[in-house]
Amino acid sequence: MYAQMIKTAGTGVKSRDDMTPEEAAFQDRIDADIKIEPKDWMPDDYRATLIRQIGQHAHSEIVGQLPEGNWITRAPTLERKAILLAKVQDEAGHGLYLYCAAETLGISRDELTEDLLSGKMKYSSIFNYPTLNWADIGAVGWLVDGAAIMNQVPLQRTSYGPYSRAMIRICKEESFHQRQGYDIMMKMAQGTEAQKKMAQDALNRFWYPSLMMFGPSDKESVHSAQSMAWKIKIDSNDELRQRFVDQTVPQAEYLGLTIPDENLKWNEEKGGYDFSEPDWTEFFNVLKGKGPCNTERMNARVQAWEDGKWVRDGLLAHARKRAARKVAAE
Amino acid sequence: MSADLFEFLCRMGDNTLILGHRVSEWCGHSPVLEEDIALANTALDLIGQTQLWLGLAGEVEGQGRSADDLAFLRDAWDFRNVLLVELPNGDFGQTLMRQFLFDAWQELMLGALKESSDARVAEIAEKASKEVAYHVERSGDTVIGLGDGTEESHQRMQAALDYLYPYVGEMFESDAVDAAMAKAGIAPDPASLRDAYDARLAQVMAEATLSIPDDRFAHAGGRTGRMHTEHLGHILSTMQWLQRAYPGATW
Ligand SMILES: [Fe+2]
Ligand SMILES: [Fe+2]
Ligand SMILES: [Fe+2]
Repeated sequence: MYAQMIKTAGTGVKSRDDMTPEEAAFQDRIDADIKIEPKDWMPDDYRATLIRQIGQHAHSEIVGQLPEGNWITRAPTLERKAILLAKVQDEAGHGLYLYCAAETLGISRDELTEDLLSGKMKYSSIFNYPTLNWADIGAVGWLVDGAAIMNQVPLQRTSYGPYSRAMIRICKEESFHQRQGYDIMMKMAQGTEAQKKMAQDALNRFWYPSLMMFGPSDKESVHSAQSMAWKIKIDSNDELRQRFVDQTVPQAEYLGLTIPDENLKWNEEKGGYDFSEPDWTEFFNVLKGKGPCNTERMNARVQAWEDGKWVRDGLLAHARKRAARKVAAE
Repeated sequence: MSADLFEFLCRMGDNTLILGHRVSEWCGHSPVLEEDIALANTALDLIGQTQLWLGLAGEVEGQGRSADDLAFLRDAWDFRNVLLVELPNGDFGQTLMRQFLFDAWQELMLGALKESSDARVAEIAEKASKEVAYHVERSGDTVIGLGDGTEESHQRMQAALDYLYPYVGEMFESDAVDAAMAKAGIAPDPASLRDAYDARLAQVMAEATLSIPDDRFAHAGGRTGRMHTEHLGHILSTMQWLQRAYPGATW
Protein backbone atom coordinates (compact mmCIF):
# COMPACT_ATOMS: atom_id res chain seq x y z
CA MET A 1 0.00 0.00 0.00
CA TYR A 2 1.52 3.26 -1.04
CA ALA A 3 -0.44 5.32 1.43
CA GLN A 4 0.61 4.43 4.97
CA MET A 5 -0.34 5.88 8.31
CA ILE A 6 -2.44 8.61 6.74
CA LYS A 7 -3.63 10.75 9.59
CA THR A 8 -7.31 11.38 9.06
CA ALA A 9 -8.21 15.00 9.64
CA GLY A 10 -10.95 15.76 12.16
CA THR A 11 -11.98 14.27 15.46
CA GLY A 12 -13.39 10.95 14.39
CA VAL A 13 -16.72 9.72 13.12
CA LYS A 14 -19.59 12.03 13.98
CA SER A 15 -22.91 10.61 15.01
CA ARG A 16 -25.85 11.50 12.80
CA ASP A 17 -27.10 13.85 15.50
CA ASP A 18 -23.86 15.82 15.48
CA MET A 19 -23.76 16.29 11.72
CA THR A 20 -24.83 19.49 10.04
CA PRO A 21 -27.46 19.01 7.32
CA GLU A 22 -24.70 19.36 4.69
CA GLU A 23 -22.57 16.72 6.38
CA ALA A 24 -25.52 14.38 6.69
CA ALA A 25 -26.39 14.79 3.01
CA PHE A 26 -22.73 14.17 2.12
CA GLN A 27 -22.62 11.00 4.21
CA ASP A 28 -25.89 9.83 2.64
CA ARG A 29 -24.34 10.10 -0.82
CA ILE A 30 -21.32 8.12 0.28
CA ASP A 31 -23.48 5.46 1.91
CA ALA A 32 -25.45 5.20 -1.34
CA ASP A 33 -22.18 4.74 -3.28
CA ILE A 34 -22.63 7.95 -5.24
CA LYS A 35 -19.23 9.38 -6.18
CA ILE A 36 -18.15 12.75 -4.83
CA GLU A 37 -16.93 14.99 -7.64
CA PRO A 38 -14.58 18.00 -7.41
CA LYS A 39 -17.34 20.62 -7.60
CA ASP A 40 -19.48 18.93 -4.94
CA TRP A 41 -19.55 20.19 -1.41
CA MET A 42 -17.33 18.16 0.91
CA PRO A 43 -16.18 18.51 4.51
CA ASP A 44 -12.82 20.24 4.89
CA ASP A 45 -11.46 17.23 6.74
CA TYR A 46 -12.44 14.89 3.92
CA ARG A 47 -10.61 17.13 1.47
CA ALA A 48 -7.53 17.45 3.69
CA THR A 49 -7.33 13.71 4.30
CA LEU A 50 -7.68 12.90 0.63
CA ILE A 51 -4.93 15.35 -0.27
CA ARG A 52 -2.60 13.62 2.19
CA GLN A 53 -3.51 10.18 0.95
CA ILE A 54 -3.44 10.85 -2.79
CA GLY A 55 -0.34 13.00 -2.41
CA GLN A 56 1.52 10.31 -0.53
CA HIS A 57 0.47 7.77 -3.09
CA ALA A 58 1.70 10.01 -5.93
CA HIS A 59 5.03 10.64 -4.20
CA SER A 60 5.44 6.89 -3.74
CA GLU A 61 5.06 6.29 -7.47
CA ILE A 62 7.71 8.92 -8.18
CA VAL A 63 10.24 7.85 -5.57
CA GLY A 64 9.46 4.26 -6.52
CA GLN A 65 11.16 4.87 -9.86
CA LEU A 66 14.51 5.05 -8.11
CA PRO A 67 15.04 1.52 -6.75
CA GLU A 68 13.96 0.03 -10.07
CA GLY A 69 15.77 2.62 -12.13
CA ASN A 70 18.85 1.40 -10.29
CA TRP A 71 18.82 -1.74 -12.48
CA ILE A 72 17.72 -0.47 -15.88
CA THR A 73 21.26 0.02 -17.13
CA ARG A 74 22.21 -3.42 -15.81
CA ALA A 75 19.19 -5.43 -16.97
CA PRO A 76 20.50 -8.76 -18.25
CA THR A 77 18.70 -8.91 -21.62
CA LEU A 78 17.21 -6.42 -24.05
CA GLU A 79 13.77 -7.84 -23.36
CA ARG A 80 14.13 -7.39 -19.59
CA LYS A 81 15.48 -3.90 -20.11
CA ALA A 82 12.49 -2.98 -22.27
CA ILE A 83 10.00 -4.44 -19.80
CA LEU A 84 11.62 -2.63 -16.90
CA LEU A 85 11.68 0.66 -18.80
CA ALA A 86 8.00 0.25 -19.63
CA LYS A 87 7.21 -0.46 -15.99
CA VAL A 88 9.12 2.51 -14.64
CA GLN A 89 7.49 4.69 -17.26
CA ASP A 90 4.10 3.43 -16.04
CA GLU A 91 4.99 4.34 -12.48
CA ALA A 92 5.80 7.90 -13.50
CA GLY A 93 2.47 7.94 -15.34
CA HIS A 94 0.72 6.78 -12.15
CA GLY A 95 2.33 9.66 -10.33
CA LEU A 96 0.96 11.98 -12.97
CA TYR A 97 -2.64 10.66 -12.76
CA LEU A 98 -2.53 10.93 -8.99
CA TYR A 99 -1.14 14.47 -8.93
CA CYS A 100 -3.92 15.38 -11.34
CA ALA A 101 -6.48 13.79 -9.03
CA ALA A 102 -5.01 15.75 -6.10
CA GLU A 103 -5.17 18.97 -8.12
CA THR A 104 -8.95 18.61 -8.37
CA LEU A 105 -8.94 19.10 -4.59
CA GLY A 106 -7.25 22.48 -4.91
CA ILE A 107 -3.56 21.74 -4.42
CA SER A 108 -0.96 22.07 -7.18
CA ARG A 109 1.63 19.50 -8.14
CA ASP A 110 4.39 21.99 -7.31
CA GLU A 111 3.01 22.51 -3.82
CA LEU A 112 2.87 18.77 -3.24
CA THR A 113 6.41 18.41 -4.58
CA GLU A 114 7.68 21.09 -2.22
CA ASP A 115 6.04 19.25 0.67
CA LEU A 116 7.73 16.02 -0.34
CA LEU A 117 11.13 17.65 -0.67
CA SER A 118 10.85 19.48 2.64
CA GLY A 119 9.98 16.19 4.34
CA LYS A 120 6.51 17.39 5.32
CA MET A 121 4.89 14.69 3.22
CA LYS A 122 5.99 11.06 3.08
CA TYR A 123 6.16 8.27 0.54
CA SER A 124 5.81 4.56 1.15
CA SER A 125 8.44 3.10 3.48
CA ILE A 126 9.17 0.31 0.99
CA PHE A 127 11.14 2.55 -1.35
CA ASN A 128 13.71 3.20 1.33
CA TYR A 129 15.05 -0.32 0.85
CA PRO A 130 17.82 -0.96 -1.66
CA THR A 131 17.72 -3.16 -4.77
CA LEU A 132 20.95 -5.14 -4.49
CA ASN A 133 20.73 -7.97 -6.98
CA TRP A 134 18.76 -8.53 -10.17
CA ALA A 135 16.20 -10.74 -8.43
CA ASP A 136 15.24 -7.69 -6.37
CA ILE A 137 13.60 -6.36 -9.52
CA GLY A 138 11.58 -9.55 -9.60
CA ALA A 139 10.78 -9.28 -5.91
CA VAL A 140 9.69 -5.67 -6.24
CA GLY A 141 7.23 -6.53 -9.00
CA TRP A 142 5.97 -9.64 -7.29
CA LEU A 143 5.77 -8.41 -3.71
CA VAL A 144 5.71 -4.61 -3.79
CA ASP A 145 3.40 -4.20 -6.76
CA GLY A 146 1.50 -7.19 -5.40
CA ALA A 147 0.96 -5.46 -2.07
CA ALA A 148 0.04 -2.24 -3.86
CA ILE A 149 -2.60 -4.07 -5.87
CA MET A 150 -4.03 -5.57 -2.68
CA ASN A 151 -4.66 -2.06 -1.45
CA GLN A 152 -5.62 -0.43 -4.69
CA VAL A 153 -8.16 -2.88 -6.02
CA PRO A 154 -10.63 -2.00 -3.25
CA LEU A 155 -9.78 1.69 -3.70
CA GLN A 156 -11.27 1.54 -7.17
CA ARG A 157 -14.55 1.81 -5.25
CA THR A 158 -13.43 4.79 -3.19
CA SER A 159 -15.91 7.63 -2.77
CA TYR A 160 -13.93 10.37 -4.49
CA GLY A 161 -14.56 10.17 -8.24
CA PRO A 162 -11.18 11.33 -9.63
CA TYR A 163 -9.30 9.10 -7.16
CA SER A 164 -11.46 6.12 -8.01
CA ARG A 165 -10.93 6.63 -11.74
CA ALA A 166 -7.16 7.00 -11.28
CA MET A 167 -7.16 3.73 -9.34
CA ILE A 168 -9.03 1.91 -12.08
CA ARG A 169 -6.46 2.97 -14.66
CA ILE A 170 -3.55 2.21 -12.37
CA CYS A 171 -4.76 -1.23 -11.32
CA LYS A 172 -4.79 -2.46 -14.91
CA GLU A 173 -1.09 -1.67 -15.22
CA GLU A 174 -0.14 -2.89 -11.77
CA SER A 175 -1.25 -6.42 -12.51
CA PHE A 176 1.12 -6.46 -15.50
CA HIS A 177 3.87 -5.24 -13.18
CA GLN A 178 3.23 -8.01 -10.74
CA ARG A 179 3.23 -10.65 -13.46
CA GLN A 180 6.53 -9.50 -14.93
CA GLY A 181 8.04 -9.51 -11.43
CA TYR A 182 6.87 -13.03 -10.80
CA ASP A 183 8.18 -14.06 -14.20
CA ILE A 184 11.66 -12.79 -13.28
CA MET A 185 11.44 -14.76 -10.03
CA MET A 186 10.47 -17.90 -11.95
CA LYS A 187 13.47 -17.61 -14.23
CA MET A 188 15.75 -17.02 -11.27
CA ALA A 189 14.30 -19.79 -9.13
CA GLN A 190 14.65 -22.27 -12.00
CA GLY A 191 18.08 -20.98 -12.94
CA THR A 192 21.63 -21.65 -11.83
CA GLU A 193 22.64 -21.98 -8.19
CA ALA A 194 23.75 -18.36 -8.20
CA GLN A 195 20.39 -17.23 -9.55
CA LYS A 196 18.50 -19.25 -6.93
CA LYS A 197 20.65 -17.63 -4.30
CA MET A 198 19.79 -14.19 -5.67
CA ALA A 199 16.08 -15.04 -5.63
CA GLN A 200 16.13 -16.26 -2.04
CA ASP A 201 18.22 -13.29 -0.96
CA ALA A 202 15.72 -10.91 -2.55
CA LEU A 203 12.79 -12.60 -0.83
CA ASN A 204 14.61 -12.56 2.51
CA ARG A 205 15.16 -8.84 2.30
CA PHE A 206 11.80 -7.80 0.81
CA TRP A 207 9.40 -10.00 2.77
CA TYR A 208 9.03 -7.99 5.96
CA PRO A 209 9.29 -4.57 4.33
CA SER A 210 6.43 -5.72 2.05
CA LEU A 211 4.31 -6.65 5.06
CA MET A 212 5.06 -3.21 6.50
CA MET A 213 3.55 -1.59 3.42
CA PHE A 214 0.09 -2.12 4.91
CA GLY A 215 0.99 -0.14 8.02
CA PRO A 216 0.63 -1.22 11.63
CA SER A 217 -2.55 -2.73 12.98
CA ASP A 218 -5.24 -0.07 12.90
CA LYS A 219 -7.93 -1.93 14.83
CA GLU A 220 -8.28 0.68 17.51
CA SER A 221 -7.69 3.79 15.45
CA VAL A 222 -10.51 6.34 15.45
CA HIS A 223 -8.88 7.92 12.42
CA SER A 224 -9.31 4.78 10.37
CA ALA A 225 -12.94 4.58 11.35
CA GLN A 226 -13.56 8.04 9.89
CA SER A 227 -11.66 7.24 6.69
CA MET A 228 -13.67 4.06 6.36
CA ALA A 229 -16.95 5.90 6.88
CA TRP A 230 -15.87 8.23 4.09
CA LYS A 231 -14.86 5.23 1.96
CA ILE A 232 -11.38 6.49 1.34
CA LYS A 233 -10.11 3.49 3.22
CA ILE A 234 -11.93 0.30 2.44
CA ASP A 235 -10.29 -2.52 4.41
CA SER A 236 -8.28 -2.54 7.60
CA ASN A 237 -4.50 -2.85 7.43
CA ASP A 238 -4.63 -6.26 9.06
CA GLU A 239 -7.22 -7.59 6.63
CA LEU A 240 -5.12 -6.50 3.69
CA ARG A 241 -1.93 -7.93 5.17
CA GLN A 242 -3.61 -11.27 5.83
CA ARG A 243 -4.94 -11.38 2.27
CA PHE A 244 -1.47 -10.59 0.94
CA VAL A 245 0.19 -13.34 2.97
CA ASP A 246 -2.46 -15.86 1.98
CA GLN A 247 -1.97 -15.05 -1.67
CA THR A 248 1.82 -14.92 -1.58
CA VAL A 249 2.75 -18.02 0.40
CA PRO A 250 1.59 -20.51 -2.26
CA GLN A 251 3.36 -18.44 -4.92
CA ALA A 252 6.61 -18.66 -2.97
CA GLU A 253 6.11 -22.40 -2.56
CA TYR A 254 5.60 -22.75 -6.29
CA LEU A 255 8.90 -20.95 -6.82
CA GLY A 256 10.60 -23.26 -4.36
CA LEU A 257 11.62 -20.33 -2.19
CA THR A 258 11.40 -20.13 1.57
CA ILE A 259 9.55 -17.31 3.27
CA PRO A 260 11.84 -16.10 6.06
CA ASP A 261 9.38 -16.77 8.87
CA GLU A 262 9.65 -19.80 11.15
CA ASN A 263 6.19 -19.14 12.53
CA LEU A 264 4.48 -19.26 9.19
CA LYS A 265 1.79 -21.93 9.42
CA TRP A 266 -1.58 -22.64 7.85
CA ASN A 267 -4.37 -22.08 10.34
CA GLU A 268 -7.29 -24.27 9.37
CA GLU A 269 -9.65 -22.57 11.75
CA LYS A 270 -9.26 -19.06 10.39
CA GLY A 271 -8.67 -20.28 6.85
CA GLY A 272 -5.47 -18.32 6.52
CA TYR A 273 -1.83 -18.35 7.51
CA ASP A 274 -0.42 -17.41 10.88
CA PHE A 275 2.71 -15.36 10.43
CA SER A 276 5.18 -13.18 12.30
CA GLU A 277 4.68 -9.46 12.53
CA PRO A 278 7.37 -7.35 10.94
CA ASP A 279 9.66 -5.39 13.23
CA TRP A 280 7.60 -2.27 13.85
CA THR A 281 10.52 -0.48 15.47
CA GLU A 282 12.32 -0.73 12.16
CA PHE A 283 9.20 0.52 10.39
CA PHE A 284 8.95 3.62 12.56
CA ASN A 285 12.65 4.24 12.13
CA VAL A 286 12.23 4.14 8.36
CA LEU A 287 9.36 6.61 8.59
CA LYS A 288 11.58 8.89 10.66
CA GLY A 289 14.18 8.88 7.91
CA LYS A 290 16.38 6.12 9.26
CA GLY A 291 15.84 3.48 6.59
CA PRO A 292 18.75 2.17 4.53
CA CYS A 293 18.06 4.51 1.59
CA ASN A 294 16.04 7.46 2.92
CA THR A 295 18.90 9.89 2.50
CA GLU A 296 19.75 8.73 -1.02
CA ARG A 297 16.14 8.79 -2.16
CA MET A 298 15.50 12.28 -0.85
CA ASN A 299 18.83 13.57 -2.15
CA ALA A 300 18.04 12.18 -5.58
CA ARG A 301 14.64 13.88 -5.67
CA VAL A 302 15.96 17.18 -4.31
CA GLN A 303 18.81 17.16 -6.79
CA ALA A 304 16.51 16.37 -9.72
CA TRP A 305 14.28 19.26 -8.69
CA GLU A 306 17.10 21.74 -8.15
CA ASP A 307 19.10 20.73 -11.22
CA GLY A 308 15.91 20.92 -13.25
CA LYS A 309 15.02 24.45 -12.22
CA TRP A 310 16.74 26.11 -15.15
CA VAL A 311 14.91 23.76 -17.50
CA ARG A 312 11.49 24.51 -16.04
CA ASP A 313 12.28 28.24 -15.98
CA GLY A 314 13.60 28.14 -19.53
CA LEU A 315 10.58 26.36 -20.95
CA LEU A 316 8.23 28.66 -19.10
CA ALA A 317 10.05 31.76 -20.34
CA HIS A 318 9.85 30.43 -23.87
CA ALA A 319 6.13 29.74 -23.60
CA ARG A 320 5.59 33.32 -22.40
CA LYS A 321 7.67 34.78 -25.22
CA ARG A 322 5.75 32.77 -27.76
CA ALA A 323 2.42 33.84 -26.35
CA ALA A 324 3.57 37.49 -26.39
CA ARG A 325 4.75 37.21 -29.99
CA LYS A 326 1.43 35.71 -30.97
CA VAL A 327 -0.46 38.57 -29.36
CA ALA A 328 1.86 41.11 -31.02
CA ALA A 329 1.25 39.48 -34.40
CA GLU A 330 -2.51 39.68 -34.08
CA MET B 1 27.64 -8.74 -49.18
CA SER B 2 26.40 -10.37 -45.99
CA ALA B 3 29.50 -9.20 -44.11
CA ASP B 4 28.80 -5.64 -45.22
CA LEU B 5 25.13 -5.96 -44.37
CA PHE B 6 26.01 -7.32 -40.95
CA GLU B 7 28.31 -4.36 -40.41
CA PHE B 8 25.62 -1.92 -41.49
CA LEU B 9 23.01 -3.50 -39.22
CA CYS B 10 25.39 -3.37 -36.26
CA ARG B 11 25.89 0.33 -36.91
CA MET B 12 22.15 0.88 -36.80
CA GLY B 13 21.58 -1.32 -33.76
CA ASP B 14 24.57 -0.15 -31.77
CA ASN B 15 23.51 3.48 -32.19
CA THR B 16 20.10 2.77 -30.72
CA LEU B 17 21.48 0.45 -28.03
CA ILE B 18 24.05 2.87 -26.70
CA LEU B 19 21.81 5.93 -26.94
CA GLY B 20 18.97 3.98 -25.30
CA HIS B 21 21.34 3.12 -22.48
CA ARG B 22 22.36 6.74 -22.02
CA VAL B 23 18.81 8.04 -22.06
CA SER B 24 17.71 5.40 -19.57
CA GLU B 25 20.25 6.76 -17.09
CA TRP B 26 17.84 9.68 -16.53
CA CYS B 27 15.15 7.48 -15.11
CA GLY B 28 13.70 9.15 -12.02
CA HIS B 29 16.04 12.14 -12.19
CA SER B 30 14.40 14.40 -14.78
CA PRO B 31 13.56 18.07 -14.24
CA VAL B 32 9.83 17.40 -14.46
CA LEU B 33 7.60 14.34 -14.39
CA GLU B 34 6.54 14.62 -18.03
CA GLU B 35 10.22 14.40 -18.99
CA ASP B 36 10.73 11.28 -16.91
CA ILE B 37 7.92 9.72 -18.89
CA ALA B 38 9.14 11.00 -22.25
CA LEU B 39 12.76 9.96 -21.68
CA ALA B 40 11.76 6.49 -20.51
CA ASN B 41 9.57 6.23 -23.56
CA THR B 42 12.38 7.30 -25.88
CA ALA B 43 14.76 4.81 -24.28
CA LEU B 44 12.15 2.11 -24.60
CA ASP B 45 11.68 2.81 -28.31
CA LEU B 46 15.43 2.77 -28.85
CA ILE B 47 15.85 -0.55 -27.08
CA GLY B 48 12.97 -1.97 -29.11
CA GLN B 49 14.67 -0.83 -32.31
CA THR B 50 17.91 -2.39 -31.09
CA GLN B 51 16.18 -5.75 -30.75
CA LEU B 52 15.10 -5.51 -34.38
CA TRP B 53 18.40 -4.27 -35.85
CA LEU B 54 20.65 -6.59 -33.89
CA GLY B 55 18.20 -9.46 -34.28
CA LEU B 56 18.45 -9.09 -38.03
CA ALA B 57 22.23 -8.64 -37.79
CA GLY B 58 22.52 -11.99 -36.03
CA GLU B 59 20.28 -13.61 -38.62
CA VAL B 60 22.31 -12.17 -41.50
CA GLU B 61 25.56 -13.25 -39.89
CA GLY B 62 24.23 -16.79 -39.67
CA GLN B 63 26.34 -17.93 -36.75
CA GLY B 64 23.51 -18.30 -34.31
CA ARG B 65 24.14 -15.09 -32.41
CA SER B 66 21.02 -13.43 -31.00
CA ALA B 67 20.45 -9.72 -30.47
CA ASP B 68 21.31 -10.31 -26.81
CA ASP B 69 24.55 -12.05 -27.70
CA LEU B 70 25.55 -9.08 -29.83
CA ALA B 71 24.54 -6.53 -27.21
CA PHE B 72 25.97 -8.22 -24.16
CA LEU B 73 28.88 -10.32 -25.35
CA ARG B 74 30.89 -8.14 -27.72
CA ASP B 75 33.74 -5.99 -26.51
CA ALA B 76 34.18 -2.30 -27.28
CA TRP B 77 36.18 -2.86 -30.47
CA ASP B 78 33.23 -4.65 -32.06
CA PHE B 79 30.80 -1.82 -31.40
CA ARG B 80 29.85 0.27 -34.41
CA ASN B 81 27.88 3.18 -32.94
CA VAL B 82 28.81 6.76 -33.71
CA LEU B 83 30.73 8.54 -30.96
CA LEU B 84 27.91 11.03 -30.44
CA VAL B 85 25.66 8.50 -28.70
CA GLU B 86 28.25 7.34 -26.19
CA LEU B 87 29.02 10.83 -24.89
CA PRO B 88 27.88 11.44 -21.32
CA ASN B 89 24.45 12.89 -20.59
CA GLY B 90 25.79 16.09 -19.04
CA ASP B 91 22.91 18.32 -18.00
CA PHE B 92 19.41 17.92 -19.33
CA GLY B 93 20.16 20.42 -22.11
CA GLN B 94 23.12 18.43 -23.35
CA THR B 95 21.05 15.24 -23.31
CA LEU B 96 18.27 16.81 -25.35
CA MET B 97 20.70 18.48 -27.76
CA ARG B 98 22.41 15.12 -28.35
CA GLN B 99 19.00 13.58 -28.83
CA PHE B 100 17.97 16.15 -31.40
CA LEU B 101 21.24 15.89 -33.33
CA PHE B 102 20.77 12.14 -33.48
CA ASP B 103 16.99 12.14 -34.07
CA ALA B 104 17.29 14.50 -37.02
CA TRP B 105 19.83 12.16 -38.63
CA GLN B 106 17.86 9.05 -37.77
CA GLU B 107 14.67 10.45 -39.23
CA LEU B 108 16.37 11.06 -42.58
CA MET B 109 18.13 7.71 -42.52
CA LEU B 110 14.97 5.77 -41.72
CA GLY B 111 13.05 7.72 -44.32
CA ALA B 112 15.48 6.45 -46.94
CA LEU B 113 15.58 2.94 -45.47
CA LYS B 114 11.83 2.59 -45.90
CA GLU B 115 12.65 2.28 -49.60
CA SER B 116 15.36 -0.31 -48.99
CA SER B 117 15.71 -3.14 -51.49
CA ASP B 118 15.93 -5.46 -48.48
CA ALA B 119 12.37 -6.00 -47.27
CA ARG B 120 13.50 -6.81 -43.73
CA VAL B 121 15.36 -3.50 -43.47
CA ALA B 122 12.43 -1.61 -44.95
CA GLU B 123 10.08 -3.20 -42.45
CA ILE B 124 12.17 -2.18 -39.44
CA ALA B 125 12.55 1.33 -40.85
CA GLU B 126 8.81 1.58 -41.33
CA LYS B 127 8.12 0.74 -37.72
CA ALA B 128 10.98 2.78 -36.24
CA SER B 129 10.29 5.89 -38.29
CA LYS B 130 6.90 6.30 -36.64
CA GLU B 131 8.61 6.42 -33.25
CA VAL B 132 11.40 8.66 -34.44
CA ALA B 133 8.99 11.19 -35.96
CA TYR B 134 7.76 11.75 -32.44
CA HIS B 135 11.27 11.80 -30.92
CA VAL B 136 12.55 14.46 -33.29
CA GLU B 137 9.52 16.64 -32.83
CA ARG B 138 9.90 16.52 -29.08
CA SER B 139 13.68 16.96 -28.94
CA GLY B 140 13.51 19.76 -31.53
CA ASP B 141 10.82 21.58 -29.57
CA THR B 142 12.80 21.25 -26.37
CA VAL B 143 15.98 22.56 -28.00
CA ILE B 144 13.98 25.54 -29.29
CA GLY B 145 12.26 26.11 -25.96
CA LEU B 146 15.47 26.05 -23.96
CA GLY B 147 17.56 27.91 -26.54
CA ASP B 148 14.99 30.67 -26.70
CA GLY B 149 14.18 30.52 -22.98
CA THR B 150 16.05 32.34 -20.24
CA GLU B 151 19.58 33.72 -20.43
CA GLU B 152 20.82 30.71 -18.47
CA SER B 153 19.02 28.11 -20.55
CA HIS B 154 20.25 29.81 -23.73
CA GLN B 155 23.85 29.69 -22.55
CA ARG B 156 23.60 26.07 -21.52
CA MET B 157 22.13 25.07 -24.87
CA GLN B 158 24.80 26.95 -26.77
CA ALA B 159 27.45 25.21 -24.68
CA ALA B 160 25.80 21.86 -25.44
CA LEU B 161 25.76 22.55 -29.17
CA ASP B 162 29.39 23.71 -29.13
CA TYR B 163 30.42 20.54 -27.31
CA LEU B 164 28.41 18.14 -29.45
CA TYR B 165 28.72 19.64 -32.91
CA PRO B 166 32.15 18.09 -33.59
CA TYR B 167 30.44 14.70 -33.29
CA VAL B 168 27.82 15.41 -35.96
CA GLY B 169 30.02 14.85 -39.00
CA GLU B 170 30.65 11.18 -38.27
CA MET B 171 27.00 10.35 -38.99
CA PHE B 172 27.56 11.37 -42.63
CA GLU B 173 30.83 9.59 -43.26
CA SER B 174 30.92 7.07 -46.06
CA ASP B 175 33.17 4.07 -46.38
CA ALA B 176 33.31 0.82 -48.35
CA VAL B 177 30.44 -0.66 -46.33
CA ASP B 178 28.24 2.29 -47.20
CA ALA B 179 29.24 2.08 -50.83
CA ALA B 180 28.25 -1.59 -50.91
CA MET B 181 24.91 -0.82 -49.22
CA ALA B 182 24.19 2.01 -51.62
CA LYS B 183 25.11 -0.08 -54.62
CA ALA B 184 22.75 -2.84 -53.52
CA GLY B 185 19.99 -0.32 -52.85
CA ILE B 186 19.82 -1.41 -49.23
CA ALA B 187 20.76 1.91 -47.63
CA PRO B 188 21.57 5.42 -48.78
CA ASP B 189 25.07 6.83 -48.88
CA PRO B 190 25.09 8.75 -45.54
CA ALA B 191 26.81 11.69 -47.21
CA SER B 192 23.73 12.15 -49.38
CA LEU B 193 21.67 13.01 -46.28
CA ARG B 194 23.86 15.87 -45.15
CA ASP B 195 22.21 18.75 -47.04
CA ALA B 196 18.74 17.95 -45.76
CA TYR B 197 20.19 17.56 -42.27
CA ASP B 198 21.97 20.89 -42.41
CA ALA B 199 18.77 22.57 -43.52
CA ARG B 200 16.84 21.04 -40.63
CA LEU B 201 19.56 21.99 -38.18
CA ALA B 202 19.72 25.56 -39.47
CA GLN B 203 15.98 25.97 -39.14
CA VAL B 204 15.76 24.59 -35.59
CA MET B 205 18.85 26.40 -34.32
CA ALA B 206 17.62 29.68 -35.78
CA GLU B 207 14.35 29.27 -33.91
CA ALA B 208 16.34 28.34 -30.83
CA THR B 209 18.48 31.48 -31.31
CA LEU B 210 21.61 29.29 -31.20
CA SER B 211 24.63 29.59 -33.47
CA ILE B 212 25.96 26.55 -35.28
CA PRO B 213 29.76 26.48 -35.02
CA ASP B 214 31.59 27.33 -38.26
CA ASP B 215 34.20 24.65 -37.78
CA ARG B 216 33.04 21.46 -39.49
CA PHE B 217 35.78 19.33 -37.95
CA ALA B 218 34.43 15.89 -37.06
CA HIS B 219 35.60 13.32 -34.52
CA ALA B 220 35.17 9.86 -35.93
CA GLY B 221 36.04 6.23 -35.40
CA GLY B 222 32.96 4.83 -33.70
CA ARG B 223 31.02 3.58 -36.70
CA THR B 224 34.09 1.91 -38.19
CA GLY B 225 35.29 0.61 -34.84
CA ARG B 226 38.65 2.24 -35.34
CA MET B 227 38.50 4.19 -32.09
CA HIS B 228 35.77 4.82 -29.54
CA THR B 229 35.75 7.30 -26.66
CA GLU B 230 36.78 6.21 -23.18
CA HIS B 231 33.12 6.33 -22.20
CA LEU B 232 32.06 3.24 -24.12
CA GLY B 233 34.00 0.81 -21.94
CA HIS B 234 32.20 2.09 -18.87
CA ILE B 235 28.82 1.79 -20.52
CA LEU B 236 29.59 -1.80 -21.46
CA SER B 237 30.94 -2.74 -18.07
CA THR B 238 27.62 -1.69 -16.57
CA MET B 239 25.38 -3.00 -19.30
CA GLN B 240 27.08 -6.36 -19.76
CA TRP B 241 27.90 -7.07 -16.17
CA LEU B 242 25.32 -9.74 -15.37
CA GLN B 243 25.83 -11.61 -18.63
CA ARG B 244 29.58 -11.57 -18.14
CA ALA B 245 29.54 -12.49 -14.45
CA TYR B 246 27.09 -15.39 -14.88
CA PRO B 247 27.80 -16.84 -18.32
CA GLY B 248 25.18 -19.13 -19.78
CA ALA B 249 22.42 -18.23 -17.33
CA THR B 250 18.89 -17.61 -18.63
CA TRP B 251 17.22 -14.46 -17.39
FE1 LIG C 1 2.30 2.31 -9.78
FE1 LIG D 1 4.43 0.52 -8.00
FE1 LIG E 1 3.64 -0.82 -10.43
